[in-house]
Amino acid sequence: MSVQRRQRFGAFAALFSVPFLWALVFMIVPYLVMISVSFWTRQFPLFVPDFQFGNFVQIFSDPQYTTVILRTLKIAALVTLGALALGYPLAYFLVFTVRSEGLRNLLYMSVIVPLWVSYLLRAYTWKIILGTDGAVNSLLRMVGLIDEPLTVFLYNQTSMVITLVYIFVPFMVMPLFAVLSNIPKALIEASEDLGVGPFMTFWKVVFPLSLGGVVAGATMTFCLSFGDFVAPVLVGGPDGTMVANLLQSQFGAALNWPLGSALATLVLVLVLAVLQVSSRMDRAGRVGLG
Amino acid sequence: MISRPIVALSGVAKSYSSFIALDTTDLSLGEGEFVTLLGPSGCGKTTTLRLIGGFELADRGRIEIAGEDVTAKPPYRRPVNTVFQEYALFPHMTVAENIGYGLSVKANNVPAAERRRRVTEALAMVGLEEMGMRRTAELSGGQRQRVAMARAIVRRPRVLLLDEPLSALDVKLREGMQMELKRLHRELGITFLMVTHDQQEALALSDRIVVMNRGRIVQIGSPAELYDAPTTPYVADFIGTSNLVPVRSVGSDGQFDHLLMADGTRLRRRRRPGDRVFPNGQSVLAGIRPERLLTSDGGEVNRLAGRIVEALFQGDRVRIEIALAGGYERRSIFANVTRTASTASGAIEPGTEISLQVDPFDIMLFAAEDGQ
Amino acid sequence: MHALRWWQKGMVGVSVAVLAFLYLPIVILVVFSFNDSSVTSFPLAGFTLRWYQAFLSNAAMLKALANSLTVALFATAVSVIVGVTAALALDHFDFPGKRLFQNVILLPLSLPGIVTGIAMLNFYKQIGIPQSLGAVVIGHATALLGVVVSQVMARLAKLDRRVLEASADLGAAPLETFFKVVLPAIRTSILGSALLCFTLSFDEIPVTYFLTGREVTLPIYIYSTLRRGITPEINAIGSVIVAVSFVLIVLSVTLLRDRK
Repeated sequence: MSVQRRQRFGAFAALFSVPFLWALVFMIVPYLVMISVSFWTRQFPLFVPDFQFGNFVQIFSDPQYTTVILRTLKIAALVTLGALALGYPLAYFLVFTVRSEGLRNLLYMSVIVPLWVSYLLRAYTWKIILGTDGAVNSLLRMVGLIDEPLTVFLYNQTSMVITLVYIFVPFMVMPLFAVLSNIPKALIEASEDLGVGPFMTFWKVVFPLSLGGVVAGATMTFCLSFGDFVAPVLVGGPDGTMVANLLQSQFGAALNWPLGSALATLVLVLVLAVLQVSSRMDRAGRVGLG
Repeated sequence: MISRPIVALSGVAKSYSSFIALDTTDLSLGEGEFVTLLGPSGCGKTTTLRLIGGFELADRGRIEIAGEDVTAKPPYRRPVNTVFQEYALFPHMTVAENIGYGLSVKANNVPAAERRRRVTEALAMVGLEEMGMRRTAELSGGQRQRVAMARAIVRRPRVLLLDEPLSALDVKLREGMQMELKRLHRELGITFLMVTHDQQEALALSDRIVVMNRGRIVQIGSPAELYDAPTTPYVADFIGTSNLVPVRSVGSDGQFDHLLMADGTRLRRRRRPGDRVFPNGQSVLAGIRPERLLTSDGGEVNRLAGRIVEALFQGDRVRIEIALAGGYERRSIFANVTRTASTASGAIEPGTEISLQVDPFDIMLFAAEDGQ
Repeated sequence: MHALRWWQKGMVGVSVAVLAFLYLPIVILVVFSFNDSSVTSFPLAGFTLRWYQAFLSNAAMLKALANSLTVALFATAVSVIVGVTAALALDHFDFPGKRLFQNVILLPLSLPGIVTGIAMLNFYKQIGIPQSLGAVVIGHATALLGVVVSQVMARLAKLDRRVLEASADLGAAPLETFFKVVLPAIRTSILGSALLCFTLSFDEIPVTYFLTGREVTLPIYIYSTLRRGITPEINAIGSVIVAVSFVLIVLSVTLLRDRK
């Protein structure tokens, strides 16, 4: 081993030890602890180390839990579709219709900035918009369309989907904007030159090349909305309980950490599976744009 | 051969996992020489340069620069500087800051006043006197090239390494920069080692050319030596181009090798001192450069007969593809004939028969097993 | 200027609607924060600043605000230190398990915060660290590490290797090259991701919810207030948070964008 290589190894060790130890102690170990607690038993008020699958059996057999898990899957899927339906046209418009570079950048910025602006408050605004005395109801009453406040707006699954779509649309636009920007305009011109109309050009050229962005955006939206617990509390009703709320109660009122850890492990596994599938799809669907 | 080499590689080798980038190699550069490493991509020329610069470490062997063993030394402890491909200018610094960088580093702490003087001097040397305060992003390709040169010479290295220095420039600019390089080399008097894949550039600039292929040095020599007396068919075809025609050796006398073509044509080749003697009947390759095939009528010796396949107009000359007669049907040769002569000898049209002559001095001879 | 076809006009329509969808709720929040009524309904009842005065004199809320700022500051500092070293190690060196390490560090970007929160809660319980603001700082720093690593790595990937070699070639030792060439190149990405971390930490709920003790941060304070009912005071503090976050995020996005 030459002096230079030894120095290089020293530099690597010095640089790498900090993040490695951090990731080990505060990520890998906690995840492992959580996973092992999911196999424990509860003997109220204590949790006893054990290795049994009772918590998982309970999650998958008790309709109280399966209903919530299926509902959460449904809502996350609806949110993903909703965000895609709103985000794709917007990204397409930004990339292909807006001619001025400056305006495009400004608009793009205005789409993605809300993504990071107070998540709690953005969920909360929908409570004041959709509430019984909220903006929509009072506005409708003011113009005389209704006499009694409508209750269809708040505390149900629709309000949750609306709120979550609102929160996650920028997550969808970001990767779509990136892939669409990378499609050379000449490809579209070539397709039109070959006598293919705008719709088929979109369907045969633009859309296939943008699939990577669709997959990336859908993955983020699905994973994050699946684990959301603020929106259900603020705008969801009795039929709006999601997995995260179940989780929350296991660590609160229900005081069953092993079961809660099992639920959290389930979310972790689901997210890892979705990430794995999406990275496969992304790799398979990646088309080289030389 | 070189009494006191400024750079000496002995037994140096480098591989990346299973790929041998540079097979065991010896190479010496003399003080003040302009040497070029020439070869196709992947031939080991860039690896050689990077080993000398210190950006790669050799697996085996020893590298000396100015008499000092630098084999294990990092780039910042070697008395060489590099002009990088695509220049690698620091994007966040001005032209003057780029050039002064090597003088400002701790290892080389030059006082500010002295630094300014040397930067100004270097700017003048490359003709960018007024450009010191510019941002590098504002410069043209040619100007960036000059900044890269100035930055590399300002530390007065013993050897200047140039990695494809002109490849990012367009043709016109490249020719001008070749002149500049030649002038700088003369004025600085230090050793230049340049990597290129452009044989024209190598021929124009170098004192010596090192031709490389597949991680090995194939031949080292002056441009004229490589052009006139390549030792392998590979070099014959890489430096300029050569037609390689399989023939049979039918004996040598003191002055000439006698060669027999497949159609029975006999060729005579003028021998040079030290040339190999091939045994009677052995298959060999005759190398003939396209520009040495003549249409002029100079008697019946050394004539090759064939049919014109295609003719390309090239201004002062015509490039002709010819299918040779008798057993060479699937092998075309090329001839570059000057236009005055060709027009004089009648129409050059695909399909017409043609007879070309070659001077006995202009035939090269290689063992067939040397291959391409 | 070429005329837009009908379907392109439709696209413009959808896009304008989506942009309105993104901003209208924020506008409503701000409008109601100045509305002189204790219910958030139309018609508007006139202009007032009393909700702003109310939160300025709400000691519990101000305490929570101070806690949030402290947590965000420390969490950002840790994220940046650990994240930048991780990005440098991942960029400069090849080592076994590199992809796995990278995936672990980036995982919290797509993992719901609640899982990270619960994992850390379990871990703290086992080793006996009490729920506290310090625990929250570690949780935030861990969850936000991915933000710094991804942004700084993206910038490092664009750094031309030859520029680093040029620096070494000109006599600069590795540390000198780092300070004179690498750091200037990634400075804006560090600053940008730090601003992003700060805002995200300031607003964070799921991790905080599980790790905080008796002391609460502002989002947790608001969250628990909201469960009891709406007060326009929340609209006022919310408008302030949104405005400040907006400025920080715009700054951050500007810094993080690639300049060509």
